[in-house]
Parts: sequence; C-alpha cells; structure tokens
Amino acid sequence: MTDLSHWAHDTRPRFRMRPPSFSLPVPAGLPERLRPLLAWVVPALLLVAWWSVTQVHLVPEQILPAPAIVVRAFSALIASGDLQSNLLISLNRVGYGFGAGALAGLGFGAAMGFSDGFARLVRPTFLIIAQVPVLAWLPFLMLLLGIGEALKIVLVAKSVFVPVTLSTTAGIRSVPARWLELARVLRFSRWKTLCRVILPAALPQLFGGLRYGLTHAWMALVVVELLASYEGIGYLMIYSRQLFQLDVMVAIMLVIGAVGLLFDRVLALGEAWLARRYGGAA
Amino acid sequence: MPILVLLAWSVATHFGWLDVRLWSSPELVLQGGWSALRDGSLAAALKASLARNLIGFAIGASAGLSLGLVLALLPLVDTLLEPTLNAARQVALFAWVPFLSLWLGNGEEGRIAFIALAAFFPVLLNTHLGARQVDAKHIEVARILGLKPYRLILKVILPSALPSLMTGLRLGLIYAWLATIGAEYLFSSTTGIGALMMDARELFRMDQVILGMAVVGAVGFSLNILLSRLGHLPLWRGLEEVP
Repeated sequence: MTDLSHWAHDTRPRFRMRPPSFSLPVPAGLPERLRPLLAWVVPALLLVAWWSVTQVHLVPEQILPAPAIVVRAFSALIASGDLQSNLLISLNRVGYGFGAGALAGLGFGAAMGFSDGFARLVRPTFLIIAQVPVLAWLPFLMLLLGIGEALKIVLVAKSVFVPVTLSTTAGIRSVPARWLELARVLRFSRWKTLCRVILPAALPQLFGGLRYGLTHAWMALVVVELLASYEGIGYLMIYSRQLFQLDVMVAIMLVIGAVGLLFDRVLALGEAWLARRYGGAA
Repeated sequence: MPILVLLAWSVATHFGWLDVRLWSSPELVLQGGWSALRDGSLAAALKASLARNLIGFAIGASAGLSLGLVLALLPLVDTLLEPTLNAARQVALFAWVPFLSLWLGNGEEGRIAFIALAAFFPVLLNTHLGARQVDAKHIEVARILGLKPYRLILKVILPSALPSLMTGLRLGLIYAWLATIGAEYLFSSTTGIGALMMDARELFRMDQVILGMAVVGAVGFSLNILLSRLGHLPLWRGLEEVP
C-alpha cells in the first residue's frame, strides 16, 4: 500500500526541456565555462546584503551578527578545539548508527527481497515501525535507553534502517526475471548469480537507499543532539542559543550544512560512478 | 506478526517479565487512550498539531510550488538560484530551529515558519522536476496555438507536471508532519501531540508516550494516503488532456 517512490525523488534522471518562448533564456553567447560562476552570484549577493544590513545597523547585532563576527567566532571555535572535538563526536555517532542501520537494512531488505514468505510475515510489522517517524520514537527511546550514547546510535540506525531496507528489497525485486533465467541456463552457482547478476542489477537502487539513509541519519542526529545531549555539534548549537551567541550559532549552522553537503556530494559521486559502471541495469 | 508482538508484550508485562513501569502494557495504553479521548485532551492536542501542520504546509507548499514553476520556466533564474537552494537544503532541517526561535520568538510564528520550511523544499524540488519534464512538443503546440503564458502554465505545464507535483506535495506533507512534532518538542511550552509526548516522558508515563507514537504514526499514514488518493481523483483526469 505504501508508495515507496518518495524516497527516490532526487535520484530520477533530469531532463532538460527546451525553454518556452516567453522565458528569459540564458544569453546565447554565454560560454558553458561561466555557468559554475553564475552559481555564486546569489550567495555573493546574499553576503553583500547581509554585510550591508549589519553595517548600517538595520537589525540589532543580537539578531543578526555581521559576517566578520561570525568568521571570528568560527576561528575561535577552531582555536579552542571545541568544534573539532564535538564534530568528531557527532561524526562518530553517525558512523556507528549509519553502519548498524545500513547493515541491518541490507540484511533485512535482502531477506525480504529473496523470500516471499519472510516478506509476507514481517512486512506489516516493518511498515508499522516505518510509519512512526524517528521523532516519535525519540521520547520512547529516551525512556528505555536514557539519553546516553545508545539513544543516539539507535535513533540514527533506525533512520537509516528504513530507507535501506526498502531500497534493498525493491532493488532485488527489480532484477529482470529474464536475467535470472539466463543465469540458470548458464548454470551459475548461487554465489555467482548473486555477485554477477543480482548485485549489479540492484546496486543503483541500493545505493540510492544508502544515500537517502545518510541524509536522514544526519538530520536525526542533529535533532537528538538538540534535544538530549551534552556533547556533539547539535549540543554546541543549542548551548550557544542559550547564551544568545548568534555568531557561534551561524558558524555551527554553516558547519552542519557543509557536512550534509559533503555527505551528499560524496555519495552522489559514488552513485554516478555506479551508474557508469553498471549503467543500463533493469 | 504484529498481533504476536502485541500478545508477547501483553503476556510479558502480565507475568512481570517486563517491568510494567518501564514497558507499560497494551491494556494500560488502551486505557490511557480511552480516558484521553473521553476527557478531550487527545482531541485538543491533535487539533492543535493538525492546525499548525496544515497552516505551515499551506504556506511552504505554495511557496515551493510557485518558486518551482519560476525556476523551471526561467532558465536564467534557475542557473542563478538552484545551487544556492540546493546548498540550503543540505542544512539538516532541525538546525534551523534555534534561528527561527530567536528571530521569530518561541511562539506560534516560529513553529509555523519551521513547518513551512520543511514542506517548502520537497515541493520546490518536485515541482521543478515535473515542470521541466514537460514534453517540448506540447509546449510547441501551445505556442503555435498562441496560448498566453498563464494559460500555458495552467493548461499544459501543470497537468503534465501533476504526477511529480503530487509526489512533492505528499513528501512535503510528510516532512511538515515530522516538523510539527519536532517543533512541538523543541519550541518551549506549547500544545499538541509532540508536547504531550514530551510531557509524558518527563512524567515517566510510558503508556502516554506509546499512545502518542501510535497517534503520530496513524496521522502521518492517513495524511499520506489522503494525498495519494487525491492524486488519483477523476477530477484531475480532465486536466491531463492537453488542449
């Protein structure tokens, strides 16, 4: 019943349509090389706007600190080592949670993909668990596990587990029956069928699930650190919020964004590589 | 299997294998649910959450929809804005909360802005995607027929983009619901299901926490179903025929 297409929304290929007649086309003479430069226009404008607003004291500094102050806060964070140590803690949590969740999701998803009986048995339960969002699990798990390390890792793992399971099952199910038939005709062993036929065909979907899972993992970790933590990047943010240190907050927010962007880019590169290597599967 | 789990839970708490104070029990949850229903506290919390959710969603979704169309139709704006928007999307959603609470206060405005933000990005992304995938031939026909821009959007682009658009709206609603719960946790002292659960946690009332989880899951599920049904309504069928 549950439509699973929603977790795949940004893995679809992008088709460029021809601009309609009334649109403002990109100037025809513009070389392709300049396009990446255009991407920086808006951020640069925003920066200038930010700078000038603070320069003329349009808004009080407690509400919007000047860029220079944020940079100073940022270097102070690095100099004191606070940023590195807390970021390391957060990344560790994401690492363990993601690892546990992805492994469990791969195993569970594979079991559901290969065995109809198992799928029929556990699918309803799985969907019930999946329907309750990570955030709703939070108070429950806080009562069960306290607010220690286990809470964060379990919560991150849960946020990874669901999309990875779904995409693994879908990936295995999407292997064309003809291919499996061919493997049978060629008398491939089970192991060889798995490595040579099923994995390559399921890999793109599978990887999409991992990528989506990592995005969710980062989001889940930030929430749990905002709510129930005494260290980590999210805690650093909520702490500076309490002290009304907006400069520190802005700096940390940029770091959180940068880490998210980095995760996404790295996995997108992996995805593109896989698509090239195993392109045309399914 | 869900029934087995429930049974195991019930039996285990009954015989004291699991501590009732920590694990609660199905009977307690049902009892708590019944009494919360009768005294109207559950309904009130649900109403507060849903109202907040829908207002935030409406704001975020309409912003996402319009900006998505603009980006898809004007390549120059797209080239300029898309990278920035994409980068902003990477900031883990909840990292916005401290800012919004400082800028807009700890009250309803901050919460609704946050929910709107959560709904904004998926709607934007999918509208953009859908409007871009419109068959160039259809646009050409429309141009030959001399359709005015707004009629082109209404009669050609929106109908063609509808499947992707509905996906975006559904996703937006899911995220908005998540953000509603999150906002009720994170913004101090408020009403709603999320607040109910956090209060219950502080009071160590596992039955209420589990009840809250069930309600949150059920609401998310219903919203999801509702929107995917809406996508299949015959109402839209007529629109799919391109003039």
